[in-house]
Amino acid sequence: MSRKRDNTITWETFSEGLWQNNPVFVMLLGMCPVLAVTNSAINALAMGLATTFVLLASGTLVSLLSAQIPKQVRIATYIVIIATFVTIVDYVIQAISLDLYNAMGAFIQLIVANCIILGRAEAYASRNRPLKAIINALGMGAGFTIALLCLGVVREILGAGSLFGFDLFGPSFQPWVVMVLPAGGFLVLGAWLLLFDWLKQRQPEGEKVNAA
Amino acid sequence: MSSAEQELQQPAAPSGRMIAVLSGIAMLSGFLVVLTAQLTAPIIEENQRRAIEQAILQIIPGTAYHKEYLVHEGNLAPAVKGEPGRTIYAGYDQQGELLGIAAKAGAQGYADMIHLLYGYDPGCACIRGFKVLKMAETPGLGDKIITDPNFQANFPLEAKLDSQGLALLNPIVTVKQGTKKNAWEVDAISGATISSKAVGKALNDSAQTLLPELHPLIDQLKEGSQ
Repeated sequence: MSRKRDNTITWETFSEGLWQNNPVFVMLLGMCPVLAVTNSAINALAMGLATTFVLLASGTLVSLLSAQIPKQVRIATYIVIIATFVTIVDYVIQAISLDLYNAMGAFIQLIVANCIILGRAEAYASRNRPLKAIINALGMGAGFTIALLCLGVVREILGAGSLFGFDLFGPSFQPWVVMVLPAGGFLVLGAWLLLFDWLKQRQPEGEKVNAA
Repeated sequence: MSSAEQELQQPAAPSGRMIAVLSGIAMLSGFLVVLTAQLTAPIIEENQRRAIEQAILQIIPGTAYHKEYLVHEGNLAPAVKGEPGRTIYAGYDQQGELLGIAAKAGAQGYADMIHLLYGYDPGCACIRGFKVLKMAETPGLGDKIITDPNFQANFPLEAKLDSQGLALLNPIVTVKQGTKKNAWEVDAISGATISSKAVGKALNDSAQTLLPELHPLIDQLKEGSQ
């Protein structure tokens, strides 16, 4: 391939997933779990960590094997690799806590279909050295987890009056139930996107001021 | 060089290599999945057993230990995986006295099936309580069947058999909130009527078929503590 490999690892390799290319707030990928399992902070955290593990493990393996995989069967190979790690996560979560497993329901298995993971395998891991792919996958996973937590924390506080299961406001609080229902996911996501877009639009102006 | 030319220059991988890579990956994948399944199987089983144990303790208060049985065509047998029959859990106290029997029930709720475990007390011929094993009811509305104290106050719920012992004397029914008059009626939660009705239906469906079969076996269960 004509593209030259750039093996230098910088802070950007990691931070890309946190800010410039945040999978949720910038790339708008993987919306299904973002909206579905963020009705409490603990679900959001567990989903984020599970996705990070799959991202990391599949990214490592894809990066290691990319030279051996013929181009024509690469997508099939990636999907098998991703599905393997998702199945492993599925068993491990069942072993950790059945309550958590029931709360996340089908969305653990659906990590297979999360486009962030296949997207990163195809666009990044297969074109970079393992170490670089690992660092980038960690960054992407952290960005995804933080984004899920942003939604989960707001929705749990407003919709249930608690945070990580601890009651915040006492019995007199009337929860805003719509926030833990699917509609609340869209409302909170919209609000976060608005905030991030506003911050992005302000940024260039600030840089201009600094340069002057 | 255009990308089309590049494609042409790159020799197509021979199909043998593709098959080899795919089978290699599939074998690696199978190995990893089976390894994880085998490592986690005992822990998952232990988790499920503990979940059932906690549920039994809640719906048959005072249970010190429980035994699992299968009821099949009027016979009682110790639970063995793969054998036909309905699973029941008999709860005993420290002295080995039978306190109650727990059984699984299920009915269609608002979002999905509601699976629950309920405790039947042969002493008062009533249902002591229930515990939801799995459900997907709307948070804040349908999940009140677990949290609402007025709904939990429906229990103990009468479940007496008729004189022939073939069915419940009075079927368990869910009634509109505030209209419960009899001990066998379930007072619904306003705003969660469908979920409340599902609980009533699940209990009725299960009790109507299980209790007549179970009743002649109670003495056997009492002796089963030894």
